[in-house]
Amino acid sequence: MSVEPAVAAPPIVRIRDLVKEYRRGAEVVRVLDGLSLDIRQGDFVALMGPSGSGKSTLLNLIGGLDRPTSGSLEVEGLRVDQLTDASLAHWRADHVGFIFQMYNLLPVLTAERNVELPLLLKDLTRDQRARRVAAALQLVGLSNRAKHRPRELSGGQEQRVGIARAIVTDPTLLLCDEPTGDLDRKSGDEILTLLEALNDEYGKTIVMVTHDPHAAERAHRVIHLDKGMLSEGQG
Amino acid sequence: MIGTAKYLPLLVSSLRRKRLRTFFTIASILVAFLLFGLAESMRYALQSGVDIAGADRLLTMHKVSFTQLLPASYENRIRVIDGVVAVTPQTWFGGWFRDERNQIPTFPCDPVSYFEIYPEIVVPEDQKQAWIADRTGIMIGRGVADLFGWKVGDPVPLKSAIWRREDGSDTWPVTVRAIYDLPQGGDTRAIVMHQDYFEEGKQMAKGLIGWYVVKVDSVDSAQRVAKQIDAQFANSPAETKTSSERAMAQSFVNQVGNIGAILTAIVGAVFFTMLLVTANTMAQSVRERTNEIGVLKTLGFSNAGVLGLVLSESVLITTLGGLLGIVAAWWIGVQFEPVFRQYLPGFKVPPGAIVMAIVYMVALGIVAGAVPAWQAMRLRIVQALRRE
Repeated sequence: MSVEPAVAAPPIVRIRDLVKEYRRGAEVVRVLDGLSLDIRQGDFVALMGPSGSGKSTLLNLIGGLDRPTSGSLEVEGLRVDQLTDASLAHWRADHVGFIFQMYNLLPVLTAERNVELPLLLKDLTRDQRARRVAAALQLVGLSNRAKHRPRELSGGQEQRVGIARAIVTDPTLLLCDEPTGDLDRKSGDEILTLLEALNDEYGKTIVMVTHDPHAAERAHRVIHLDKGMLSEGQG
Repeated sequence: MIGTAKYLPLLVSSLRRKRLRTFFTIASILVAFLLFGLAESMRYALQSGVDIAGADRLLTMHKVSFTQLLPASYENRIRVIDGVVAVTPQTWFGGWFRDERNQIPTFPCDPVSYFEIYPEIVVPEDQKQAWIADRTGIMIGRGVADLFGWKVGDPVPLKSAIWRREDGSDTWPVTVRAIYDLPQGGDTRAIVMHQDYFEEGKQMAKGLIGWYVVKVDSVDSAQRVAKQIDAQFANSPAETKTSSERAMAQSFVNQVGNIGAILTAIVGAVFFTMLLVTANTMAQSVRERTNEIGVLKTLGFSNAGVLGLVLSESVLITTLGGLLGIVAAWWIGVQFEPVFRQYLPGFKVPPGAIVMAIVYMVALGIVAGAVPAWQAMRLRIVQALRRE
């Protein structure tokens, strides 16, 4: 099944006939079943669906964390599914920002050191890295928490650090896996407002996996997955 | 390996994750390299005696054993051999002062020949002449002077653990007439006394001496002269065995050196244990950080980059512990040098051992971190991220 965007625009993500299978012992489980999807530049897409429907799998494939069993996956015209492991790592560093449900900050590092992590892979001076880190933390409203370690921050603040880390390299795509799943409603709303701002004001293309219809309402498009197949509604 | 400084905070913060575990691991490595440093210091101290021993000096001793005495009459027969420049008899006096545990290497010898044979000895001319002129005079090394606070002109009741005087006393009254030094800080913990005084005063073994030190005109003739000396006394009641001073010193070191070999074996075993300890620490550390490694890879760290990070962390641990251990060994050498000087002059961590230690530190880190680093490298991101 295929889902095309309502408004014509050049797709930044172009997925065709994507299949992902896992092997569980002798059994082969098909998680994504011939899925096709276009995501446009500046889109804000919510991926919804029951557990095991393949939402996170799709997100991982778009982000180059995993490889499809078959089908094609292009991002900005590049066949991501055909890259080598090393090239894929470089591509992720340059083009993708990940935001996790459990924040996944390194507990031994301060907020600014966590945000700096992706920049270590870039050819930047210490000052350049520091300036970018400061800008990212300012954007998420956490300049005054730069020296704090994750355990000294609230859940919402940790997620803001996670967002700062995701955007510090100015990636093409922001991929969010249940970004509000571990937060209370108020903190969750703040994170969603921040994501909206990144989409509206900075033109970031966002793909967000969520169980929460309230969160999905903030997206421009809501795509439902069930048993590896797609259907679409408006956010 | 990722070696740029920008990764250092990441590596250091990893070490701070389990501070107690890191502390004990580094402390274990410290002890291993401390042992290594001390063992190498001992080897260096033993070897330094060989290095300063002259190749143009021969030692002629009893063929049966170093403890068997030789006739004093051999001296003149050796002196006339072609190629011999100087000869002096020497005997182990077994000297001590105040407490029998304060053993001082003391040798009766012929003073004039002694300076011909050991030209490297540095002593003021007036002191030298004063000693030669005084039959009860002794020349002491700077080490002995410092140890007991003796000065030129001091009378000393030197005791012998072996040789009694004709009156039955074991005390040999002598006077300090000269204090010598050696170039490059060689061992100066020795006393030289007059052979005549010793010969006349001793109660037993009259006309017998311990061994001869022979100086030859060149290193090239040493072997020939040695053969001639031994041939001269072949089939006599006191056959001789002549070898170069350096060969003799090496032979002595080889006997004592077994201690060094045992120490090396112990240090080797300790290093192997350290390898297991460090490997275990790294394996645990990587296991605990599976999720974080997944995050790093998600952010764009390549498999090779992760491999480099884990190896660098392992090398950082072994280098930290190793450097502390070597510094501790060096500090012990400096602090306790006056104590060790009595038994092991020149006891210190040699520069070569420091270089070797650094190589071992890096190698230990790489080997210990290899398996965990390989596992981290092979970790699949999706699986790693599932582990919280």
